[in-house]
Amino acid sequence: MGLSGQKVTLRYTIAAEDFISAGEASSHVKKTLNKLGISHELVKRFTIAMYEAEINTVIHANGGEAYVEITPEKLMVRISDNGPGISDIEKAMMEGWSTAPEHISEMGFGAGMGLPNMKRYADELAVESEVGVGTVVTITVYLS
Amino acid sequence: MKVKTLVEELGMTLITGDGEKEITGIYACDLLSWVISHAKTGDLWVTVMNNVNIVAVASLAEVACIVLAEGVTVDEQVVNKASENGVTLLGSSMPTAEIIVKTSKLI
Ligand SMILES: Nc1ncnc2c1ncn2[C@@H]1O[C@H](COP(=O)(O)OP(=O)(O)OP(=O)(O)O)[C@@H](O)[C@H]1O
Ligand SMILES: [Mg+2]
Repeated sequence: MGLSGQKVTLRYTIAAEDFISAGEASSHVKKTLNKLGISHELVKRFTIAMYEAEINTVIHANGGEAYVEITPEKLMVRISDNGPGISDIEKAMMEGWSTAPEHISEMGFGAGMGLPNMKRYADELAVESEVGVGTVVTITVYLS
Repeated sequence: MKVKTLVEELGMTLITGDGEKEITGIYACDLLSWVISHAKTGDLWVTVMNNVNIVAVASLAEVACIVLAEGVTVDEQVVNKASENGVTLLGSSMPTAEIIVKTSKLI
């Protein structure tokens, strides 16, 4: 299989507080990208960033959706939810800032590193959020 | 060194995997967002976290194996998910620091 000029799109539903299937969208994307023969380093960066966004919708936003677009130029994923939204995105982007409740931190989440990790691994990261409406996170990694 | 060699040398338990993966480094932490961004491909990851999320993190971070330290056990759900995803799980009764010190002398 190769990426001979066409566009591949993938869609996933992410369930709320379902830790058994949490990460399955990112894992499936990883398998797909590996089959397409995309550079290992880029696949790793992209899927780690996607996992952080995916797990955030599981933990903070009652689940959501992921839409992935793979073209010869770039890997893009848009993860959207109808959760509580983020009141201060600037704060949320800071390392160590987290509102994760106790039962979530007991599982090893809540270090406040997810959004900083996305920024570190993505070439482009857009976080749009409105309190009471939801959050849309768009992650892009360029394939060149 | 191969996972199975380490398992033999240090008397660990191989819970999932065939032991053929190659260990090229060591990482230890229980906070999953640290692990996923700081563990390197091929690392042996030592943790006491035993919930199902460690499988996805190990898989995406591409660690060689997870070592559950201090005799921590995992339930069937975690074992099944690890097998399905090709994640190698090891168990050890040693504390984290001891595992790291002993592994570093071998790899
Ligand atoms: N999709 C989302 N909906 C609502 N709030 C969110 C969402 N994503 C992130 N947040 C808020 O931003 C904070 C920081 O997110 P970040 O992913 O950096 O850390 P965390 O999820 O709390 O911990 P970690 O990712 O290290 O496990 C969260 O604690 C939460 O308050
Ligand atoms: Mg997070």
